[in-house]
Amino acid sequence: MIPGSFDYHAPTSLDDALALLTEHGGDAKILAGGHSLIPAMRFRLAVPEVLVDIGRIPDLEYIREEDGHLAVGGMTREVALEDSDLVNAKYPLLADTARVIADPLVRNLATVGGNLAHADPANDHPATMLAYGASVVARGPNGSRTIAIDDFFVDLFESALESNEILTEIRIPTPPAHGGGAYLKMERKVGDYAVSAVAVQLVLDGGTVSSARIGLTNVNPVPMRAKNAEAELVGKAATDDVLEAAGRAAAGECDPSGDLRGSAEYKRDVTRILTKRAIRKAVERAKGGN
Amino acid sequence: MSRHTIKLTVNGEAVEKEVESRLLLVHFVREVLDLTGTHIGCDTTSCGACTVLLDGRAVKSCTVFAAQADGRSVETIEALAADGTLHPLQEGFWEKHGLQCGYCTPGMILSAKHLLEKNPDPTEEEIRWGISGNLCRCTGYNKIVEAIRYAADKQRESTEEVSA
Amino acid sequence: MTHLDDRTEPHSPLPEGASAQVATTDEIRIRTPEKVCGMGHPMKRKEDPRFIQGKGRYVDDVKLPGMLYMDIVRSPYAHAKIKKIDASAALAMDGVLAVITGEDLKAAGDLHWMPTLMSDTQMVLPIEKVAYYAQEICAVVATERYIAADAIEKVVVDYEPLEAVVDPHLALEDKVIVRDDKEKKTNHIWHWEAGDKAATDRVFAEAAHVIEQTMHIPRIHVSSIETCGMVANYSKVTEQMQIYMTSQAPHAHRTVFALVSGLPEQKIQIISPDIGGGFGGKVPVYPGYVCCAVASLVTGKPVKWIEDRSENLQADSFARDYHITAEMAADANGKITGLRVKTLADCGAADAAANPSKFPAGLYSICTGSYDMKAAHIAVDGVYTNKPPGGVAYRCSFRVTEAVHMIERMTDIMAHDLGEDPADFRLKNFIRPDQFPYKSPTGWEYDSGNYKAALDEAMKLIDYRALREEQAAKRERGELMGIGISSFTEVVGAGPSRDFDILGIKMFDSAEIRIHPTGKAIARFGTKSQGQGHETTYAQIVAEELGLPAADVQVEEGDTDTAPYGLGTYASRSTPTAGAAGAMAARKIKAKAKKIAAHLLEVGEEDLEWNVDKFQVKGSPDQAKTIQEIAFAAYTNHPQGMEAGLEATDYYDPPNLTFPFGSYICVVDIDSGTGEVHVRRFVAVDDCGNIINPLIVEGQIHGGLTQGLAPALFEEIVYDENGQNLTGTLADYLVPTAVESPKWETGRTITPSPHHPLGAKGVGESPTVGAPPAIVNAVVDAMWHLGVRHVEIPMTPQRIWAQLREHGVTD
Ligand SMILES: Cc1cc2nc3c(=O)[nH]c(=O)nc-3n(C[C@H](O)[C@H](O)[C@H](O)COP(=O)(O)OP(=O)(O)OC[C@H]3O[C@@H](n4cnc5c(N)ncnc54)[C@H](O)[C@@H]3O)c2cc1C
Ligand code: FES
Ligand code: FES
Repeated sequence: MIPGSFDYHAPTSLDDALALLTEHGGDAKILAGGHSLIPAMRFRLAVPEVLVDIGRIPDLEYIREEDGHLAVGGMTREVALEDSDLVNAKYPLLADTARVIADPLVRNLATVGGNLAHADPANDHPATMLAYGASVVARGPNGSRTIAIDDFFVDLFESALESNEILTEIRIPTPPAHGGGAYLKMERKVGDYAVSAVAVQLVLDGGTVSSARIGLTNVNPVPMRAKNAEAELVGKAATDDVLEAAGRAAAGECDPSGDLRGSAEYKRDVTRILTKRAIRKAVERAKGGN
Repeated sequence: MSRHTIKLTVNGEAVEKEVESRLLLVHFVREVLDLTGTHIGCDTTSCGACTVLLDGRAVKSCTVFAAQADGRSVETIEALAADGTLHPLQEGFWEKHGLQCGYCTPGMILSAKHLLEKNPDPTEEEIRWGISGNLCRCTGYNKIVEAIRYAADKQRESTEEVSA
Repeated sequence: MTHLDDRTEPHSPLPEGASAQVATTDEIRIRTPEKVCGMGHPMKRKEDPRFIQGKGRYVDDVKLPGMLYMDIVRSPYAHAKIKKIDASAALAMDGVLAVITGEDLKAAGDLHWMPTLMSDTQMVLPIEKVAYYAQEICAVVATERYIAADAIEKVVVDYEPLEAVVDPHLALEDKVIVRDDKEKKTNHIWHWEAGDKAATDRVFAEAAHVIEQTMHIPRIHVSSIETCGMVANYSKVTEQMQIYMTSQAPHAHRTVFALVSGLPEQKIQIISPDIGGGFGGKVPVYPGYVCCAVASLVTGKPVKWIEDRSENLQADSFARDYHITAEMAADANGKITGLRVKTLADCGAADAAANPSKFPAGLYSICTGSYDMKAAHIAVDGVYTNKPPGGVAYRCSFRVTEAVHMIERMTDIMAHDLGEDPADFRLKNFIRPDQFPYKSPTGWEYDSGNYKAALDEAMKLIDYRALREEQAAKRERGELMGIGISSFTEVVGAGPSRDFDILGIKMFDSAEIRIHPTGKAIARFGTKSQGQGHETTYAQIVAEELGLPAADVQVEEGDTDTAPYGLGTYASRSTPTAGAAGAMAARKIKAKAKKIAAHLLEVGEEDLEWNVDKFQVKGSPDQAKTIQEIAFAAYTNHPQGMEAGLEATDYYDPPNLTFPFGSYICVVDIDSGTGEVHVRRFVAVDDCGNIINPLIVEGQIHGGLTQGLAPALFEEIVYDENGQNLTGTLADYLVPTAVESPKWETGRTITPSPHHPLGAKGVGESPTVGAPPAIVNAVVDAMWHLGVRHVEIPMTPQRIWAQLREHGVTD
């Protein structure tokens, strides 16, 4: 399986990259970690005429805390999240997620920015970023804009990014004290996309869940928040009944399609179960101070 | 079709070649440089037979364009015993019968090399997760795990000796 | 092809002594010191240094000057008429030299069809219609791999889609005919029976208990990490065809090529270099090979063809795909009395199974397994469907996997139905050691066995009774834990030439040993290792027999110009056949060595005795000649009238098959929410007779166990109703990683084969055969109390979940 021919550019500045993207319009594609794009090109499902490799632009790979959020550079590799003490200590939902994406070899190249920009409902970061209420910084020819994650996923494989915009940073609000999160993914084997996966980020106020956001992976044509499930949870203590209600709500509001990973009915039920388990784990972590 | 002159280091040696932009790194290594120890086992980035170290990190070279490796360093299985002495991992795979047909072996060894650099004393579980991007159809993995454990012990012994 | 209607199994009586009762031990027999490294030593593999340094040489590593590349256009339909193939745009591309179509092959001497091993025919390239998804349409030859890949995109094929028949049961209705090239317009290919029908019906009529279960052993794929490929190099000047090929049976392939192409056999050289795993998938001749050879014939240049993984998974031979309905009868004491089996074999678009010619259902009639029963009857029907042809013996001795799955499931269901512990039920029903040689109700004569010893050992290793207690406690708490057993009997080493042949060629195998003057040796064999470690094992066999250090014995296989003729490596036949040939050739050499020693020591042959690596004079061991000294003398000082040299060849025709066996115990925990199965422990006790290299044997067992786990839990080739392959890449065909594969625990008993020269039986396949039912039995055991009787494989989480919900379990 050999990709079709294309012109390759490896600009060394964001401005040069943006100029190239503007010049070539829809014929050009950004190449980041390449681990969604190159497989698609090998099967000639994607046949871009021009590739703009953003891997040589300096200062797009970083993980740091600033102004009440975690800033993750668009070209940050999954492995960097996995290995980051900061992420492991304060952003367990993100750490959980990075660890179950693909396999270690893929994670050495795959980027967080690419994972979101690809807008694949099967990818794991979308649900996690939805649960965090993250925002995305996009740089275009006319400067940068910030896009709330809730507005980012437009359609299957379609994000709010323009074809001449580069996702440069992801901002994750730093969880407050008594915040906790967890990502639970069911996969058929290592390296597989999720049968279903659930991202939960919540805050506890005494015994009750004062706020919660829940994202779902691969059970909807577009990455989605399980808002009904959130509603079942917020303002209540996380009892078994509440968890069950939240799980049922999530199962009800998603729209999976049947495939080799299971029937729609099965995926809904797995979503119900994972929702309960992820909330339980997030609550435990919140109690523990994460 | 665009072509590029790329300059990179392969197994410690400087290499300069003109390549087509779509040339995959695995084909560059195997067919342009004739380093056939790096193998191909799939077309979906699933098997890891093509694993090489790119700037020290284990990656699947079937999912990288040679042009992306411009200016970087690539290490393949052929580098490991270049001085005539087997690397502890090579020794481990031989001692512990960590291979059968040998097709996955170069990729496994390079994955394990990166793993041990990050985690010199991995548990069995960590080893299994660490090589989970590499498929082996022959061995059932038990002996690959033992081989990597052998190398970890051997490398730690020798660093202890140096520091002692 | 001939319709094998109403065939019965063709065994004839065995020669004397081919089977006997032999004692079981747990001690590996070692008779040579470590420096000799004969049988029983865990010698490090001699082939490894090249592999661990990236210096293996696989087919895709072969690069010849001026080499061209071939790529293949494949059908997007499972069943369609071909109206037109327009290759003009491809041919107009720079670097494209030729496009080979079915018409071209026809013009070249009817090469568009080829014979299969089962005396059916198979399309190489189609002219009128395609019969399966991803079928080869035409081949493009170009100067570069990347240009060939571009060119196949440019070939325009005009299809008229036809209705496809995917389900073999529906195929029997003959509404859609897969093979309209045949005279008889039916999808039914053959009917085959074994055992005694009348006696079996009687046993069932008298039975106290009868159970019935249907099961499907799904289509799977060997998926060796190296795919298939070839470099064909034809010289128009010398008329020599040199072929590098991923072949498990290079000699047989040379003969097939000679017969099909008309090229003289001495002008064809097939070299099977290092093979990246075979498992049966590199036994068949695929259309791609034929196209590649033709491409070289046409261009007079070397041509390389290497399959992509997706081509390999979508078009190369499948394994299994048996639809089984089985009944088992037992008497009032819980003794199994009979087995009655009907099976539908989905053959795909051609009967291209890799079975010995007289065995359309392979050795499936071994299905009475380890249990003594009065009667059995098996009927199998082969049927065409619009799926790729195949039926390879995937790490399995010709349909034994299907047989073992069925008997081990049936035994377990019967035990549970009768309320007996599955271990105790097996112990009660095993063929007893004193019954060997044992004549099975379907006509096999088991050479040796001690099934109780193996199960006892497995139960001890895993502490079976304690596990049952733990299970009972967990069940109280609503936790799902299961324990499963499989006590299988394998049949390997095809085989005795009175019964076994492939296209008429008897299934012997061969060895040729030459001792050089300095006492070093080269040994060549008719088999072909694909990872089994023949370079080491065979050297150890020679070392055992002749006392030459294994390190001094160079083993070669795979080059038809140099190796003696043999049928190749599959079905665990190498040790039973070629290994035996090696021992026999060594014994011929030893007989001559004795004469030379007698001459050198100036004594009579009767005064000499063998001691590890030398002949010594009885009573005065100081007077001795080592094998090295004798070798030197064979070239420098041999007796008058004796031919110089020290070498021998042996073509070994085994008197019987060998019957390895074992008992496996598996412990699983099931997530009652998601239905996921976790294999917590797995103990495998194997008995493969005498062990040549325990390290290699253990490696073979581990590998086979993971290949048994895979179909039990993960792997299946799935088609949609139009015959499209839904699992055509490694992203969807789920080969387990080190994470899914449990830490295997192994044990052994040793019950030698009484007829094999070394007492060995062959081991490579037992675990693939034995593991799946152990895992299914464990999963069903975990849910039996809920009312679950059976789960089909692969036991995906959804399948388990469905059973749990159906039986009222939820989370
Ligand atoms: C075997 C395998 C298994 C995988 N399993 C998983 C999994 O379990 N979970 C999971 O989440 N992912 C999985 N992936 C996908 C992997 O994480 C991808 O790498 C990721 O989806 C895309 O990141 P990338 O950097 O590789 O992007 P690329 O492949 O380079 O790009 C993907 C798309 O995003 C665009 N893009 C990339 N970066 C930017 C940017 N900064 N700004 C604007 N547009 C951009 C590109 O133009 C392209 O269209 C798997 C991949 C493989 C090969
Ligand atoms: S060849 Fe399989 S991952 Fe690269
Ligand atoms: S040794 Fe054959 S694939 Fe690993």
